[in-house]
Amino acid sequence: MNLINTFFNMQVLADSLPQLLWGLVVTLQIGVTSILCGLAGGLFLAIARLYAPAFFKLLIRIYIDIFRSIPLLVLLIVVYYALPFVGIRLSPFLSAVTALSLVSAAYTAEIFRAGIEAIPHGQFEASAALGLSNKDTMIDVILPQAIRIVIPPLTNNCINVMKDTALASVVAMPDLLKQATQAQALSANPTPLIGAAIIYVMLLWPMVAIVARLEKHFARGKR
Amino acid sequence: MSASMSTSSSPSAPSIISIRDLKKAYGTFTVLHGIDLDIAEGEVVCVIGPSGSGKSTLIRCINHLEAFSPDSTITVDGIRVAPGKALAKVRAEVGMVFQSFNLFPHMTVLKNVMLAPMRVRGTTKTEAERKARDLLARVGIAEQAEKYPGQLSGGQQQRVAIARALAMEPRVLLFDEPTSSLDPEMVGEVLDVMRKLAGTGVTMIIVTHEMGFARQVADRVIFMDGGRLVEAGTPARIFDNPAEERTRNFLRAVLNH
Repeated sequence: MNLINTFFNMQVLADSLPQLLWGLVVTLQIGVTSILCGLAGGLFLAIARLYAPAFFKLLIRIYIDIFRSIPLLVLLIVVYYALPFVGIRLSPFLSAVTALSLVSAAYTAEIFRAGIEAIPHGQFEASAALGLSNKDTMIDVILPQAIRIVIPPLTNNCINVMKDTALASVVAMPDLLKQATQAQALSANPTPLIGAAIIYVMLLWPMVAIVARLEKHFARGKR
Repeated sequence: MSASMSTSSSPSAPSIISIRDLKKAYGTFTVLHGIDLDIAEGEVVCVIGPSGSGKSTLIRCINHLEAFSPDSTITVDGIRVAPGKALAKVRAEVGMVFQSFNLFPHMTVLKNVMLAPMRVRGTTKTEAERKARDLLARVGIAEQAEKYPGQLSGGQQQRVAIARALAMEPRVLLFDEPTSSLDPEMVGEVLDVMRKLAGTGVTMIIVTHEMGFARQVADRVIFMDGGRLVEAGTPARIFDNPAEERTRNFLRAVLNH
């Protein structure tokens, strides 16, 4: 069976598995760090966009639009290969995390904005009439309600960030995909690539399933 | 329009709210055409008039939920209502009850009432809870304290909203059509609570379509039409002997339906 020996060669898979698992660890490090930075940045941008002076609102909108338009691969290459020319030298890990976080923050900000805007205006008015500060209004009244709305799209965004970590392999980051391509070159057999693909799916399938369930759950009008 | 309409019906009491030349426009559409009004401490004022006459906008300007023309002035207890630090002070003294309740749906009834005193006045949790349970008992829903707003009837929700406003111990309470979104059988329970409140010395400004309630509870009734304060006076005078043609037409329409 030539096909099985080519794509599902157990010996090659067993030899490359430790390497792939190391790659998975790196992928998770990049992914989780970027997701956390993206969430924090996105929440900050969304709230700043509500309350900041008009000039900063405009800056934030421009930031969000630019980073939602730029292809992640292009951004990553700019960060890694172009910034050194102006003296900013980031390691492959930091380059990947920076590019992923910048883009994720832009998407997250839009998700939070939509979530906050979905809260009825009366909630803001009742808070204002009681004398609550903007900060207390956000923390006690608006965000706890908005979080429920934004969890499905946020989870979707997390999945995208996780998938996009694979782009880090182009800046020589030894992530799952990079390890797989190296193992493939070493063994002259594509099985490690298939192995990496399966690991990606096993990692992300549960998250995809969770989003589907959450969307169903919230669609039933549970608020 | 009589010159006396801007003066309080009880001139001996000092006025707690003073409104001078209140103007408000949305773009080219003018909602308020320059309202002058003084309200005495402890006074109960009902504002009546057709839809779109500016009644709600008027009271929403008092706690600056609506911005108004910079040439106009409103003062509450001597503090000028304007964006900035002083506004928090005004809002702490002025409670508001909305047509659509606007309770916080993710908090229990008890937490709804406790939140503002804890955050704005720095009341301790124990004290806030004691006071909240007290107030919920006063509005007749002590046993619903642990429920969520969505589990209550409209009348019960509005009574929670009144308790929530009272928790701040405001000197002024604004009611923006508090019974207009209620099923008819629940209007009475809310009006009962408001009637009891009217006897406690808190200043109340009530935008309402409940003419019977206005006649019974108000110290003064104000009739608005087209963004203008048309006339003001005791309930007996406005309802039985309105001076203005527009007031007569409005009352004829609402009382004889």
